[in-house]
Amino acid sequence: MSANRILELVESAEETYRDMSLASVKAWKEKTGGLAIGFMPIYVPRELLHAQGVLPVGIMGGGDDLEIIRGDAYYQSYICHIPRSTIELGLGGQLDCLDGMLFPAICDVIRNLSGMWKFEFPEKLSRYLDVPQDFTPEMGGEFYKSELLALIADLEKRGARPYDKEALRASIRLFNELGGIVRDLYALRRASPWKVPTAELYCLQRAATIWPVEEAITILREYHELVLADETRTPMDQARVVLAGSFCEQPPLGLIKTLERSGCYIVDDDFIQVHRWITRSLDVEGDPLEALVNGFLFDAMASPTRYCGDKTKGTELVTRVETAGAEGVLFCAPSFCDPALLDQPMAVASIEKAGIPWTAFRYSENNGQFQVIREQAGTFADSIKLWSGV
Amino acid sequence: MSEEKQVFKDDSQLRQKTMIADHYSRLAAAPDTGEKSVYTFVPGNLTELIRNFDLLPVLPEINALQSAMRGKSKEYIAAAEREGHSEDVCTYVKCDVGMKRAGNVGPTGERLPDPDLLLLSYTGCFTFMKWFEILKQEYDCPVTMLHVPYQGEGEITDSMRKYVVDQIKQKIIPALEKASGKKFDIDKLREQLRRSAQAEDDLVAVLESAKNRPSPIDAYFGGVYYIGPIFTAFRGTEQAVDYYRLLNQEIQERVRLGKGPVTPDGEMKEERFRLVVEGPPNWTNFREFWKMFSEEGAVCVASSYTKVGGVYDTGFRHDPDRPLESLAEYCLGCYTNLNLPSRVDTLERYVREYQADGLLVNSIKSCNSFSAGQLMMLREVGDRTGVPCGFVESDLVDPRYFSGSNIKNRLESYFQMIEQKRGGVQV
Ligand code: SF4
Ligand code: SF4
Repeated sequence: MSANRILELVESAEETYRDMSLASVKAWKEKTGGLAIGFMPIYVPRELLHAQGVLPVGIMGGGDDLEIIRGDAYYQSYICHIPRSTIELGLGGQLDCLDGMLFPAICDVIRNLSGMWKFEFPEKLSRYLDVPQDFTPEMGGEFYKSELLALIADLEKRGARPYDKEALRASIRLFNELGGIVRDLYALRRASPWKVPTAELYCLQRAATIWPVEEAITILREYHELVLADETRTPMDQARVVLAGSFCEQPPLGLIKTLERSGCYIVDDDFIQVHRWITRSLDVEGDPLEALVNGFLFDAMASPTRYCGDKTKGTELVTRVETAGAEGVLFCAPSFCDPALLDQPMAVASIEKAGIPWTAFRYSENNGQFQVIREQAGTFADSIKLWSGV
Repeated sequence: MSEEKQVFKDDSQLRQKTMIADHYSRLAAAPDTGEKSVYTFVPGNLTELIRNFDLLPVLPEINALQSAMRGKSKEYIAAAEREGHSEDVCTYVKCDVGMKRAGNVGPTGERLPDPDLLLLSYTGCFTFMKWFEILKQEYDCPVTMLHVPYQGEGEITDSMRKYVVDQIKQKIIPALEKASGKKFDIDKLREQLRRSAQAEDDLVAVLESAKNRPSPIDAYFGGVYYIGPIFTAFRGTEQAVDYYRLLNQEIQERVRLGKGPVTPDGEMKEERFRLVVEGPPNWTNFREFWKMFSEEGAVCVASSYTKVGGVYDTGFRHDPDRPLESLAEYCLGCYTNLNLPSRVDTLERYVREYQADGLLVNSIKSCNSFSAGQLMMLREVGDRTGVPCGFVESDLVDPRYFSGSNIKNRLESYFQMIEQKRGGVQV
């Protein structure tokens, strides 16, 4: 019974995120009359949008479902896939129901896409959301606050509700709750990965960037309770791995399933970081805008897109491996992804120093063949199991 | 070398060579003389500030492109890739890593000193941040970072300027003080900036001389030599002022005499095509690439690449009366820190003001900062101006991505396209 319900939840999540026409967003707009604003990976402060009555909608590329017809005329072959599928979605009219797009500052490709959006969709809001790489409150904090205020003003100009502190507090509470559930699911997967297959968690997280937060909370909570109670989910002899590098362009679901089938338990990953970017609940007592700023400055995840300052690169990855009780790392980055691939040698140096086994491969969101990766991951998993038994 | 002599026959070019050679000699001697060095980047460089503390700038991008021109980049890149650096990422970074492995020998054949400070000027390119994170692992020295926000909305806001100024005051100057053991001297900085502005005036006059017919300069291939001193270690120095004055005099004289640009084949006799070029050049086959233009009588009258280290032709000047603010505005205004609509506006303006026959994009595999969006920019400029737009692909310092025959074919077709557009009438 519960297995059926779990399946239902996961299927509905997969259906939601694979629906390129964004039917659920259209329905929400019809019902509420609110604005819907798309956002690209990795992170935007969705609380702010929600507080102004705006639906934040995660746009994570076109995956393996979208045929690229026009997008290739916009991008050279040596640029990753996500911008071409995103522009394809825009030009194909699938994003028409969005009133705008936010482009977080994570790399030059997303950055430049923000300008392309201005050309192609001049009637829509297109905003590059710059984030500080200085993490002091008086410099980076002030700058980030001014970016958030500019975003607030832009949304108001488009007809969103005026900014209101109380409303933002309420929104922060909701996103704190969602973040908490996602973190709980990650903790449960670390403890009992057979309870939370990554392919399922992925679908739910992905859909949770599209569903209204209230709905996402209900569904993810139900899923959490169901898998906890599901006695049919039992451990298998799989290698525990952390998967790193897939923070922007997402791998096709088939790739995640392939990795799991090849003998890996993914016990931590970089997928859909928006829910977990701020690693703890934000403060709801003081100034809520400050809370967003402080969360970004002090409690954000380490990421290749974030300046590491005096810290040693890869230390955080080693900690994640240890916390997750993982036995190895799969570097799984999109082809041509500057942040991930420039970071990788530094991260590799740290994990090698810590004696952690690793392997690496690249993908594109529209990959359809996983045979080579399956063999590579399978061999890696086998070698881990072999050595862990010694 | 003999080819080079043909090109570098003007006094200004000889002077530039001496300036650069002296700088590298000083760097090579630094371990003995006790002079200290700061590694930093071209876009958003704070040369005046670095020199305010009598520190010597080292620019890894320049080392990389010099390595390519000396035919070294292939082995350097291969060494970095063997170490696990991806074939997909910027080859400047890999060339730099490989150069370090090979002993950090600079363009004059002497070893460069290790940095006393890594000053990450993070302007207009995300890769810079990763590059310095990589360098930080290589060297045991402090690192300080100036984060320059992107002009996403096409303007410099007060908060952006303040953010940069605050960082200069609170992080960069203290880090330079610590590295040098010297105190910051604001009066000296004002003097330096006054000199910067003087040299900038002359540089703009040189670049704008290309509005003449024939153009006395090639503003892309020749342009990279003209920007050399001001984009690297010399902005704010008396040497730069002298160099740019001399250069401008020479160029104005060429205008007076109605001369075309000096090319690898000597002076260009007939100017057949006037082009605006977007994107950096290829360095591994620089001369071969240039000759594909000059042999056809194609002269580049304006280029975006000569604005990566500072956009001066829209009126910006370093300002001694607003020293830190103008340094911030300089960083914020570099070409790759402009959003795509501003870049398109710039290229459109160049096509019109320089009466160009076309826009050519040299799309660089390494460089997402430049390349992502160029296909759309090209169409947009074409639509607005009606000039034919062409597209070639190469790389900065990785010879594997320079296909001479392919590029030559494309250029020939492109030049034919321009001629057809003129209705078969040749200039
Ligand atoms: S996949 Fe990487 S390079 Fe491409 S847009 Fe995302 S972060 Fe940028
Ligand atoms: S990506 Fe482009 S701008 Fe950045 S370091 Fe490489 S060549 Fe320079």
